[in-house]
Formats: sequence, C-alpha cells, structure tokens
Amino acid sequence: MSVPLATVFGHGFFESGPVHTALTVGATAAIVSGTVGVFAVIRGQSFAGEALSDIGAAGGSAAFLAGVGALWGFLASAVGAAAVMELIGIQRPRGRDLATGIVLGASLGIAALLLYLGTTVRSTTGATVTILFGSLFAVDPGTIPAIVAFSALALAVIMLVQRPLLLSSLSPELAAARGIRVRVIGATYLLALAVAVALAALSIGAILGTALLIGPAATALRLTSRPGRAIAIAAAIGMAATWLGIVLAYDSFYWPPRGHGWPVSFFVVALVLMAYLVARLPAMVRRNH
Amino acid sequence: MSAYDGTGPEEILSVEHLGVRLGGRDVLSDVTFAIRAGEFTGLIGSNGAGKTTLLKAILGLHAPSGGDIRIAGRPRSRRNPLIGYVPQRYLLDADMPLRARDVVGLGLDAHRLGISRPSRERTDRIDAMLAAVDAQGFADSRVGNLSGGEQQRVLIAHALISRPRLLLLDEPLANLDLRSGHEIVALLARIATEQEIAVLISAHEMNPLLGVMDRIVYLAGGRAASGTTAEVVRGDVLSRLYGYHVDVLRVHGRVLVVSGAAGGGPDGQSEHPVEVLA
Repeated sequence: MSVPLATVFGHGFFESGPVHTALTVGATAAIVSGTVGVFAVIRGQSFAGEALSDIGAAGGSAAFLAGVGALWGFLASAVGAAAVMELIGIQRPRGRDLATGIVLGASLGIAALLLYLGTTVRSTTGATVTILFGSLFAVDPGTIPAIVAFSALALAVIMLVQRPLLLSSLSPELAAARGIRVRVIGATYLLALAVAVALAALSIGAILGTALLIGPAATALRLTSRPGRAIAIAAAIGMAATWLGIVLAYDSFYWPPRGHGWPVSFFVVALVLMAYLVARLPAMVRRNH
Repeated sequence: MSAYDGTGPEEILSVEHLGVRLGGRDVLSDVTFAIRAGEFTGLIGSNGAGKTTLLKAILGLHAPSGGDIRIAGRPRSRRNPLIGYVPQRYLLDADMPLRARDVVGLGLDAHRLGISRPSRERTDRIDAMLAAVDAQGFADSRVGNLSGGEQQRVLIAHALISRPRLLLLDEPLANLDLRSGHEIVALLARIATEQEIAVLISAHEMNPLLGVMDRIVYLAGGRAASGTTAEVVRGDVLSRLYGYHVDVLRVHGRVLVVSGAAGGGPDGQSEHPVEVLA
C-alpha cells in the first residue's frame, strides 16, 4: 500500500475481521435508517424513534443479562414497544408528553438495573458502553445474515407502502378520503421504524441511535424536494458518516491516550452533525444578510 | 327522486333524511338535498353547524344513524373514485419533500402499493391538470413554500386528477385573502361548468359565493334547507330552520342573516341579542 493511503487507513485496516463486520453492519444500518428516517422527519415522528431507542436500551440490556445477542434484545423490545404505542395511540400529541416523561425515563432506569446486574454477574463493564453507546467493532459477525434479512424486510415494507404513506403523512384526511387505511399504514410504518431503530442501536448504541435515524434524513430534506432523492441522499450521508467514522476510530488507536481507540459512535454522530450544519449553512448565511 | 329522472343533467349526489350521531349527540338530523352534474352548490352554516360532518358522511368517513346517501344513483362506498375532496385548509409542512406536481400525482395513484413508474402519459396528465388550475408557474416548487391560495390550487388539482363527478371542498375560502378567494371561486365555477362536475363547497359566509351558486344548502341546528338562494335565503324559511326569528337583510348586494333585529319574540320583544349569523 502506498504511504499516503497507509496514513489514512491504519495498519491492517483492510485485513481486520472486526473492520469488515463494522463496515457491513454500519452500511446496512445507515441505509435502513436513512430510508425510514426520511419518513420519520416528514411525519414528525422523531419522538417515536427516540422512544423506541430508549425502550430498546432496556431490551438490549436484558439480552446482555440473559446472555443473548444484543440485536435480539433491541429488536424484540423495539417491535414490542411499537405495537404498544400503536395500541395506546401514542401518536397523538397529547400522549407524547406523558410517554416521553414517564415511559422513556422508566426504560432507561430499567436498562440501568439490568446493566448493573449483568456486569455484576458477568464481571465485565464493557457491555454498558456497548449497549448504550454502541460499538461497531464489537458486533458478532454471526448476526450479519439476520441483520441483512431484517434490513431487507424493512426496506421492502417501506417501498411497498410508500405512496399511501406519503399521502397519509401529507394529510391523514386526504388519505382517508381516498380510502387509504391510515391507521394500518401508520402501524406498518411504526414496525419498519422499530427495525431501523434496533439496527441503529446496534451500530452506534441505543442512546445515539436516533442521530443516525434523524440526522441524515433531516440533512437530505434540506437539499432536495423529492422523496426518492431524499432517501438516496440520506442513505449516502449515513453510509459516509459510518464508514468515515470507522476509519477514524481505527486511526484513533494511535491518538492520545495512546493504545485506546476512540469510540466509533462519537465519530459517526459528529460527522452526521457536521453534514447537517453544512446543509443548513446557506440558509443561515441568507438570514444574516 | 334518488335516481336519474331523465330530465336535466344527471343527479350526482342525493342525500335523503340523513342523520349523523357523534359522541351521543345528533349532529345532523333529517338532512335532504340533491345536486346535479355541473351545479355549483354552497353549503352554508356557522361554525359547529355540521358542515364538516356532512362532508365526511358523504365521503363515507362517518356512518349515518339514519337516511341514505347516493352517489350517481349508487350507495356510497369507501374509496369512491367518483368523489374528490379538499379538506379544511391548513398550511402544508415546509419540511415535506414534495413538489406541487408530486402532490397532484398522488391524486392519481396514492392508494396503490409499490413504486410508481414515471411515464409520459402520467406526466402529461399532471401537466394538463396543473394548467387547468393555473398552477404551471409553481409546478416544481416545494408545496410547503407556496402561498395559501397556491396550495389551495394544488389541492384542487390533486382532487380533480382522478376525474371525479363530485368535488367536495371544506371551507376553501377560510384564511384566504379576498382576491385569492375570488380567484378560487371563479376557478371552481369554471371547472363545474366545463367538466360537468357537481361542486359542493362549505363556507360560513355566503357572500363570496352569491354570484356563482346554483343552489344553496343552509345548515342550522343540525337541519338543512336547500334550493336556489331566492328560495332559501328568506326570513320565513331560515326562521323555521333556526327555530327562532331571524331576518335576512340585503345591503349593497350583500346578504346578512341576523337574529333578534326586529322584535321576534311572541310579545314583539327580542328573545335573542342582535347577532349576525351568516
């Protein structure tokens, strides 16, 4: 490898198994998050994403305590929570405040207990950081087939319902008048959102998952007025941020404090935020003139 | 009277003895009227008179507690392609990544699953519809950035592109400035005549519609009176509808429906304070 490339990609980057896993899982999660995230932003359901993430944290912690893969904990709790949210009609703005205040706080509290018990039983502390803040390098490569399958499922669902979903998001009344079952479409979308949240939680942690879901989508919506393009741009931004984040995290092993790499999640979230700020820049400059 | 009787244009909407109960309260009772193709009908009543409820019942979104609604002679059904609808106005979200032409396109096939295939024919149909509502100028703008009147045109095009026979509009003039309001009314009157569509438009103020209404359905207290404006907008007819004395005043070509103006009580004393009802 030439010298400049070697300084960008740390020694052994391309040969490393965990790096391959991280790149695959990160890209998959970014594509699903970008696609689902665009609808989360236009439906005003970022809050639902955050709620599912926090509940996912409890699920991930329970999985750790039970000794099952974190993916299954995230998935089961997010999908279960999505079903409950649909049943109690949490979409209504009035219900949101209560849900955010009570249910989400409680979920993190439960996560705290489960993680404490887990770390005591297993006498490791790494899991707390992995569940809450994620670590792409720690993903078990054996779960890749499941991750890809669930991603494909979520993407297929979104593609299937995208037209009724768009009209329901624009105006539930217009959609209902056209005979669209607004509630069924909304519930279907919530399921796809739960899968996206679980994958994002696995990649960058339950607490930071919403950043991957909402950040690239919000950026894309500033750049284009067409839903198809917004999805493509959001997926591209998410993928660029995760991959670049992985490269930087790998390099950071040689940064201070030497011998301890910085968390991938930090780089991913920082890059997503930077992309958003850059996309907002033109509008901010215009306002100041 | 519900079927086409062979005289004049076809009856597109017939509402007979319709009652709607919501939350244990009779919002509408014994509402009867009919609209023919090409007719422009105003649905007039103050806030809470049941205008939106009536429109939603016609759309099949509220089940009637009694009576019958027929669209072009057939019982109404969910997703009736014969009906176009423009809901009560609200500003579309500026974050919505849709151009005016995308919203019109959703009027063609939003109920379908899967991804829409762009085609020459589809684009031509959308362009023609945008032209029919004078919206070519902002066809490629983001809907959330359009003015109220422009959004209204886009939503009318969205409702009309599936070629309905009946167009329902819920308070399309609310929140529009006077000039945009006039333009929308003129546009709707033109569409009714040119495309042989029955237009039913709700409003709490009848004056902007006086020049173009072929027929009026006046709602008060959950009941309705219908006919030409000359038949309905009369003191005796509206007094019977309201259940107390009201006067119809004509001032400078404008109509005001007023309660309590000229001693309506049994002993000549006013039972109600002076109030402009419509």
